[in-house]
Amino acid sequence: MSAEQSDLSVRGRQWFEALSGENGVTASGPASVLKADAVLGDETVRFLAVVPDPESRFPRARKGEVGLEQAWTLAKYVRETIELDKGATPRPIVAVVDVPSQAYGRREELIGIYLACAAAVDAYATARMAGHPVIALLVGKAMSGAFLAHGYQANRILALDDPGVMVHAMGKAAAARVTKRSVEDLDALGETVVPMSYDIRNYAKLGLLHKVIKGVAADSLGADAVALVRKELVAAISDTRAGGRDLSIRLESDAAKKVRHASIEVRKRLIEQWPDA
Amino acid sequence: MSVTIDLQRFLARRSFVELSARERAHALLDKGSGKELVGPFDRQHSVWLEMQNIVPQEDDGVVVIHGRMDGKPAVVVAIEGAFQGGSMGEVAGQKIVCALELAKRDHERGIPTRPVLLLETGGVRLQEANLGLAVIAEIHAAIIALRPYVPVVAVIAGLVGCFGGMSLAAALCSHLILTRQARLGMNGPEVIEQEAGIAEMDAGDKRLVWSLIGGEQRAAVGLIDDLVEDDAEAVAHAVRAAFQARRPVQHRSEQVDFFLERLAAIDPEQVKDGAALRALWGKGEVK
Repeated sequence: MSAEQSDLSVRGRQWFEALSGENGVTASGPASVLKADAVLGDETVRFLAVVPDPESRFPRARKGEVGLEQAWTLAKYVRETIELDKGATPRPIVAVVDVPSQAYGRREELIGIYLACAAAVDAYATARMAGHPVIALLVGKAMSGAFLAHGYQANRILALDDPGVMVHAMGKAAAARVTKRSVEDLDALGETVVPMSYDIRNYAKLGLLHKVIKGVAADSLGADAVALVRKELVAAISDTRAGGRDLSIRLESDAAKKVRHASIEVRKRLIEQWPDA
Repeated sequence: MSVTIDLQRFLARRSFVELSARERAHALLDKGSGKELVGPFDRQHSVWLEMQNIVPQEDDGVVVIHGRMDGKPAVVVAIEGAFQGGSMGEVAGQKIVCALELAKRDHERGIPTRPVLLLETGGVRLQEANLGLAVIAEIHAAIIALRPYVPVVAVIAGLVGCFGGMSLAAALCSHLILTRQARLGMNGPEVIEQEAGIAEMDAGDKRLVWSLIGGEQRAAVGLIDDLVEDDAEAVAHAVRAAFQARRPVQHRSEQVDFFLERLAAIDPEQVKDGAALRALWGKGEVK
């Protein structure tokens, strides 16, 4: 394995395969987007993941990034699910999330990666509004635009309690450069300015997560670990079906009420001041 | 468009780009009808900027003006590019989410409120990182939920342009209006240069940048709905016309098979500049 390939994360693929029991490769789509319909609990669930493909047609999207092909293909696979279940019970969709970033490249901008990622967002949100329980399972990085396109429209977000699981708007090294801080300073800052933190336990304080799954190391997929994650997914799906189809739950947790109180206050005022007609 | 410039019109025009967010919003509404909601006197600012010794602004860089447009109720949400690069923090973003949700509630109650977004933003405000990213996901959700009721119209005038997660928000809108000064892209040129090297993107080469992601290029390849002059009256006209037009049967972000086919037909080795993409997707050179 070359040094280039050794830093490619295998977590997304491993969890996808462990949960779905399939390799997820499709004949018609790129090798970087995995899709499988598999039984979870007592129903069929669609699993999706974006994984590295060193052979990808677009050179800037070979390390697991969400690029043009990945985002448009996610949109296709999600919309396909909506079509499949027309007139039936909408099946859950589980996004297995391990995405280091969106693809950074000249071609990507030219051809419209913003639109490709919007298409993925659009598809996931449309599925959610159509009654498909959409669950994001964070097993690795959930970075920036890549997470927006693959996971952030979910009804419920679950994360493994593992140091390699992180949500952020910018990679650590880049954020350090831009904010003119050292990586150490950035970590220290994250302890006081919670939204700046790269630690999933601090992210949990924002009230956006449904649950942090404890006792499962992301790199050790023993039978017990997989069984526990399956159980948590089933519970999250059931919780979703009992709730609404929008994202309002993200402001309703105790954690959100504490940390996002400014969001809640500005909403309260806007609602009060909004004209009646 | 006439080749000879109408001098009177040219001299009479008022630059939209040079207006503040507040002025831009009022310029789109029926004269004197606009009323700001949760304005600076509500003092809703970012707590996170203060914690990092950055002076906050009492509107957090987003202005919500409710008023009338052609006599119909309307809300214009304008991002102030001059404050923190128009970046999306917790409060700024939540104003946008809530305004869109209230516009949807209006429609459910039979009030035909027209929503307009004036996007001038670099994306997530890094000092609020995860709350900025989270609120952008909520903005996306709110646009998609509102769209079935009424066109959501967005304007990117410049000079900041529209980047990051907010470029996805722009793409989700029903009708997208840009000026030639505007840029629309997911990753800013500086970020690409930093991540991928100067051979991939020379961010200092303005001509190159605009040839890839500028308003004129986006219009030439059919990725936006209108290209307008930097003229407040022209922008207001285009926005009003967008509400007269039928809603698109399918938004671009819903045209999955169409764009996947287009993508499959692209040879990444060949399509590296604006001209190459125009040759494939263009409707001829625009003037």
